[in-house]
Amino acid sequence: MTTTTTGKIKGIIANLVLIEPNGPVRQNEICYLSTGAEDEKLIAEVIKISGNTVFAQVFDSTRGLQCGAEVAFSGSMLEVYLGPGLLSKNYDGLQNDLDKLEGLFLQRGKQAYPLNDTQLWQFEPLTQPGAVLSVGDWLGKVPEHGLQHMIMVPFDWQQRFTLQWIAPPGQYTIQETIAILADHNGKEHPLNMVRKWPVKLPLRAYRQKLRPQKLLETGIRIMDTLHPMLEGGTGFIPGPFGCGKTVLQQSIAKQADADVVVVAACGERANELVDIFAEFPELVDPRTGNKLIQRTVIIGNTSSMPVSAREASVYTAMTICEYYRNMGLRVLLLADSTSRWAQALREMANRLEDLPGPDAYPVDLPAVIANFYARAGVVQLNNGKTGSVTFIGTVSPAGGNFKEPVTEATKKSTRCFYALSQRRADSKRYPAIDPIESYSKYTEYPEFAAYMAKIAGNQWLQQVQQLKNYLLKGKEAADQINILGDDGVSIDFHLHYWRAELIDFVLLQQDAFDAVDQLTPLHRQQFMTGLCLYICNKNIVFANFVETRSFFKKIINTLRQMNYSEFKSDIFNSYSDEVNQLITLHLALQNNP
Amino acid sequence: MKLKPFQKRITKIENVTKATCMLLASEIGYEELALVDGRLAQVVKIKGSEVTLQVFAGAEGISNYAEVVFLGQAPSLAVSEKLNGRFLDAYGRPVDGGPEIEGIETETGSTSVNPVRRRQPNIPIFTGIAGIDLNNTLVAGQKIPFFADPDQPYNEVMATVALRANADKIILGGMGLTHDDYLYFKEEFRRAGALNKIIAFVNTSENPPVERLLIPDSALTAAEYFAVNHKEKVLVLLTDMTLYADALAIVANRMDQIPSKDSMPGSLYSDLARIYEKAVQFKDGGSITIIAVTTLSQGDITHAIPDNTGYITEGQLFLRKDPETGKVIIDPFRSLSRLKQLVIGKKTRQDHPQVMNAAIRLYADAAEARTKMENGFDLTDYDLRTLQFARAYNQQLLSVEVNLPMDAILDTVWQLFGQFFRKEEVSVKDELVNLYWKDNDATAISIQ
Repeated sequence: MTTTTTGKIKGIIANLVLIEPNGPVRQNEICYLSTGAEDEKLIAEVIKISGNTVFAQVFDSTRGLQCGAEVAFSGSMLEVYLGPGLLSKNYDGLQNDLDKLEGLFLQRGKQAYPLNDTQLWQFEPLTQPGAVLSVGDWLGKVPEHGLQHMIMVPFDWQQRFTLQWIAPPGQYTIQETIAILADHNGKEHPLNMVRKWPVKLPLRAYRQKLRPQKLLETGIRIMDTLHPMLEGGTGFIPGPFGCGKTVLQQSIAKQADADVVVVAACGERANELVDIFAEFPELVDPRTGNKLIQRTVIIGNTSSMPVSAREASVYTAMTICEYYRNMGLRVLLLADSTSRWAQALREMANRLEDLPGPDAYPVDLPAVIANFYARAGVVQLNNGKTGSVTFIGTVSPAGGNFKEPVTEATKKSTRCFYALSQRRADSKRYPAIDPIESYSKYTEYPEFAAYMAKIAGNQWLQQVQQLKNYLLKGKEAADQINILGDDGVSIDFHLHYWRAELIDFVLLQQDAFDAVDQLTPLHRQQFMTGLCLYICNKNIVFANFVETRSFFKKIINTLRQMNYSEFKSDIFNSYSDEVNQLITLHLALQNNP
Repeated sequence: MKLKPFQKRITKIENVTKATCMLLASEIGYEELALVDGRLAQVVKIKGSEVTLQVFAGAEGISNYAEVVFLGQAPSLAVSEKLNGRFLDAYGRPVDGGPEIEGIETETGSTSVNPVRRRQPNIPIFTGIAGIDLNNTLVAGQKIPFFADPDQPYNEVMATVALRANADKIILGGMGLTHDDYLYFKEEFRRAGALNKIIAFVNTSENPPVERLLIPDSALTAAEYFAVNHKEKVLVLLTDMTLYADALAIVANRMDQIPSKDSMPGSLYSDLARIYEKAVQFKDGGSITIIAVTTLSQGDITHAIPDNTGYITEGQLFLRKDPETGKVIIDPFRSLSRLKQLVIGKKTRQDHPQVMNAAIRLYADAAEARTKMENGFDLTDYDLRTLQFARAYNQQLLSVEVNLPMDAILDTVWQLFGQFFRKEEVSVKDELVNLYWKDNDATAISIQ
């Protein structure tokens, strides 16, 4: 659709402008504002139309903007470019390539095309002329950092097409025609490798959505073992500041077993992005041998960048995820933090003088959040293959209080809840995920149980349940000991308490900065779980609580040394022997005092 | 802000509130400056021909027929090497009796650094204060506030940190600073012989509150000049950011904005982030480090100001008075430096991370033992030893009076470990224990 609508600015309140248009305008349409300076066009999005006034949020600073300035409407919504070359790029919230922007400081009104039009890609056709194709079908593929990047039928082509011509294998730029399709009227449509999609609309083009069933391995024990995330699942991590949200998210970004990881830094610290810029090009993905950066796309709209682009950034990230998902890949989206996105919505609602909901957030906030999380999932594509978008968002609740609108709305829309606890963080028990308050609804899915039985054995989920029981008993015991004192409770309470401590220190706590401990593959998690349960289930008798503590402290210390050692290495085995000796020694003493 | 010919003048004001006034004008740029009856003001809202101005010094005594002159530019500061050693007010005018600053007029509140042009911070800043260097190591390019109650000596500690930090430039942004504290900073800097590398932008509690809003932008514009043009390591001190946020709330209120949590404007997070995110390590060596103060009301960190700050800054430092020893300490539980992971064990000795964590764990055990003691329960031998350890740890390491080099700090911790604990009780990697463990010998017991 093309329009020639223009308009004039008639009001400015921070990043909200009021425009008087001279023709038709669509909700969420993009428009360009003139500042008077040459080649400086500020991008804005229409967010409300009222009578002959259009309200638009400007994705940039409005300093110096004047009433009467010219506005040109684009006729389209905010779109992203999709094509080979997205991986390992650093974009801002509007998909400008940050590396292409000049200067130390971001300049207002400057855009940088997200792809590379001159780079050559090795194209290989996957269809033959005469084939009947529909939306999202794979025409051909190019290799991109070890992945097969599928070139697809455009996502808004809602009818059937016949392939007239397809390019032979060879080197092409993304702008060259690689296929010609004819519609039912016989009209020919040439296609290159670039697609566009409006970010606020879900990119579908799949046959059906399925229930998640496969574990998304992260190497983080408390997640994989206790509260598993699934491929195509949704989860969120709320927590007060200083509880390790960012470290946890970065661990997931580094270690998760996904084909593509999109990191949306939404209104957070720029230095956290710099960590990724610095580390990901160096770190190796243990599963593929590639550098981590090669499977990563970064959408960086940090906290001091324009507020409205913050909202756009999560949609931009999600659209890129959906695009790779439709190639049959497993995509992981991490957004830090969705609270900042909600705050951007709040700032704008405030300027629009909308009636506020709880905590001055817009009334439709829960609906907006729910719609967004619903874009994650496992899908079966038209060709029968599956692809998935897993979405884990962080939430930064005001005052660390989970009873606030963003946390509550997110809890309703997600299946996994990783509650970060201030108490655990204060006592440096990282990752500070509360093992008891947190949950993964997926553990109730029969298809997940079947899947785990296949990859980890029939007894695995029972063992996990045993761990959870020990943790619960330990918590009750700790409460009793706190109230009644060490001497005021029976020795059994101390035993319960220390069994839970053992599980906590050995399985749940994990050093994200230790080269070995940071990533525990599932089979190693199973081994350590087995060992911990073996100790907890052993019928060990203690004379008094001092002896209990001293025994468990020693054994915990040794088990932790195992966590720091290469799995099944000599040193690992020697610590393992030490554990057995400690138990044998104690049993001998207990039986022959 | 000098007057120039052909500036737009208007002599009728439609309405006046405490901090804003509204008048009819055209061709006015958003965020443009104006003089209202000689007082500096800034455009905060344009709706058709109605232009709302925020008057920094307050609107007291402004007549509805006062003269308004539009200056055609956004707030700016003249930057040059002549800023060195100068004390200026919120508008960048000298308050030290010296001449006006000459330099390049630079717009304040500029856009942020392109994230890909930053470098990962990795240069530790040593302060000699073990509570900082050991547990909460600071890094150039970091932004970190002191969360302190009004009665705590935060300005004194901040001045000490600033003077020991070995920065090329110290820029003080004082907002609502009491006149006494202002003189204290001046005297401390003079005594340390550091006046030539100090620049101060000061709004004291005697000045109008809304003027404070200009201070961080001015201080950081000067900081960017020295960090970018001269590749200097700049340390910016901002005290007190709570008073800055209060000024934001005043303006938002005057503009009829719907307040969010704690009567603060809904944009508080973005407003604070715009300031703190100026902290940066550039690739060519220049850096801006921000140390701020956020005063709390009765230690409440869930209030919107400290809460939003905590989500923006890279950690926070808490001061606390240890009741037993009477020393002001850096609280090891609640304090945090997020960037320490980039330097500890890498730019400091390899045992640093584990030693730090082990000591804090034992200190936490001591806190539990104390609770037990206060509740009248019997203490075990281990409990008693943790209490002794905590006392020595407070006195020899956490107190803000301590001034030790990094390796001496780590050696002191190992000495305390050896004195009070057995090897398996500290739970440190065996290879480190083998290297650094100090057995409890007679010379080690020198604690009073």
